[in-house]
Amino acid sequence: MSKALLYDSTICIGCKQCEQACATQNDLSYDDAIAAEEYQSAHKLTCIVTRNDKFVRRLCMNCQEPSCASVCPVGALKKTALGPVTYDPTKCMGCRYCMVACPFSVPKYEWGKLFPKVQKCIMCPDRVANGKPTACAEICPTGATKFGERDELVAEAQKRIRDNPGNYVNHIYGLEEVGGTSVLLLSAVPFETFGYKTDISKDPLPMLTYRVLSHIPDFVPLGGMFLGGVWWITHRREEVALAEGQQVPAERKNGGKR
Amino acid sequence: MSRPTVFRLTFWKLVFLFLMAAGLYATFLRFTRGLGASTNLSDQFPWGIWISFDVLCGVMLAAGGFTLTATVHILNIKRMHSIIRPTILTAFLGYVLVCIALMYDLGKPYNIWHPLIMRNPHSVMFEVAYCVMLYTTVLALEFSPVVLERFNLEKPLKVIRKILIPLVIFGVILSTLHQSSLGTLYLIMPEKLHPFWYSPLLPVFFFLSAIAVGLAMTIFESSMSSKHFGLQLELPVLQELGRVLLVVLAVYGILRLEDLANRGVLRMAFHRSYETYLFWLEIALALILPLILLCQKRVRTSPQGLYFSAVLVVLGFITNRMNVSITGFEGSTGVRYFPKWSELAVTGMIIAAGFALFGMAVKYLPIFPKEELAIEGAAEPEETVPVTSAVLEHAGD
Repeated sequence: MSKALLYDSTICIGCKQCEQACATQNDLSYDDAIAAEEYQSAHKLTCIVTRNDKFVRRLCMNCQEPSCASVCPVGALKKTALGPVTYDPTKCMGCRYCMVACPFSVPKYEWGKLFPKVQKCIMCPDRVANGKPTACAEICPTGATKFGERDELVAEAQKRIRDNPGNYVNHIYGLEEVGGTSVLLLSAVPFETFGYKTDISKDPLPMLTYRVLSHIPDFVPLGGMFLGGVWWITHRREEVALAEGQQVPAERKNGGKR
Repeated sequence: MSRPTVFRLTFWKLVFLFLMAAGLYATFLRFTRGLGASTNLSDQFPWGIWISFDVLCGVMLAAGGFTLTATVHILNIKRMHSIIRPTILTAFLGYVLVCIALMYDLGKPYNIWHPLIMRNPHSVMFEVAYCVMLYTTVLALEFSPVVLERFNLEKPLKVIRKILIPLVIFGVILSTLHQSSLGTLYLIMPEKLHPFWYSPLLPVFFFLSAIAVGLAMTIFESSMSSKHFGLQLELPVLQELGRVLLVVLAVYGILRLEDLANRGVLRMAFHRSYETYLFWLEIALALILPLILLCQKRVRTSPQGLYFSAVLVVLGFITNRMNVSITGFEGSTGVRYFPKWSELAVTGMIIAAGFALFGMAVKYLPIFPKEELAIEGAAEPEETVPVTSAVLEHAGD
């Protein structure tokens, strides 16, 4: 079954321990200057955003049907059955289509390096595969970030909204966005406040390109036949015209159609 | 003939040397300091001018190759044969330069071969990579007779002639696929690309405009060659291309207008905004002006009129590609992108290299037919010496 993270911004106290645990997990450095950055980057895969004393976390949504994995020409990005969208830097050739295509603009690039990698939260695939929660969920002191089965977390999020309707906007972010994501968010204030787009498509985006791409296997033989046919007609016409121009050999030629 | 040629520094040689020097220095920066130091790209704006101009425009500008091979070999319109070699040369050089530009843009250029073995059929980029790779090979083969003739290699020449038609058909299919797919690339970002340019019809628009630009580039390049290499202008051929260009532009224009109207974007075209200005610049250059010009017989039949219209179409669709890939993203990302000098220097160097290679190919290879004999069919390997010596007279240019 697919795992997921549920982040409830009403419980979050903004302690940023998730940021620190994430940095340790991914071998990235972490200090006060980095802690103060409120945006994701190649050296900070998750961040706590503060708006009017309210907190929200930003991280890769690990979409159910991720655009990044769909667009990657070499399959460096992959959606695993367990939930994480993983990245293999040895395959990556650095075209950065994933960065352009991601509806949440999550993947970041190591612009300063000579042999750069894409960086994003990959939802601790090794830990998850071993039945452990992600580093951020494990460290969270209040349970604001919770790891579990996606179905169960969806049910729990619905229950929290139902039990305390005054506490939440009636929206589980990530339940339906771009066909659903492995990160689910709850908030007391509208998600736009934190820069989360809410007018986003409910359908998985990879369909948009695959609808076109899937015609290629039909197009190639049909196109070949069509062009071959046109070639045959235009050249046959020429042959006929030539033959009609030269009366005598034409009769001989027309006898047996080549 | 054997007297040593004196190197004379002309204005264009100076420009060329300057572009090469700047480009080489930028190349040094790119491959020693990385993308961050040599470009204005950022996490908000991961694709810049190397993708917009060098790749998207480059592939589009090289579209004359498949348009004209289809016309001559498939539709069997022999009148066009006289301009097929320079057009294939332009296309081949174009694709080679696109591949070189990609080496700059890719973060790990040494992995450029990965799509060969690591396949993701769901990725448009994968399809584009494969098509461009195969089509560059096809163009090399389509161009090879020129080189083979030069060295009188009869046997491989015979082989190429045998497989020419399947090769041309394959090339046309590949071109149709990747020219449209460059538009398909952007279909996955409905929320990010400005509604002026995001359309479900993007693949169709990219394909049609590639044909238009292919025709326009053929007119442009023939006019330039006739002026520069002192060749006779193939006016009747260009007039015919102009007529077809008019039709293609009209079809594109109607589709574009209909699409904008259907998506309710048309009224946005009269709001004052940065995007609106660039949208109108594109529409004016690519559609309105050339359509008005080409509709008039006086313009359509005169060499200058054709040349001017072709230049407008080329500039217009360059604007279009830049709008789709840069302007259209500045709103959603909230970032303005302008290329760093080193990005421009690399692009400038690549363009300069293209012109220089074209000139060199014309100088040493039988690209243009001998003017007096309007060679039809051109099946026989003609004497190459007179052509080269005729061209050599202009070698100083």
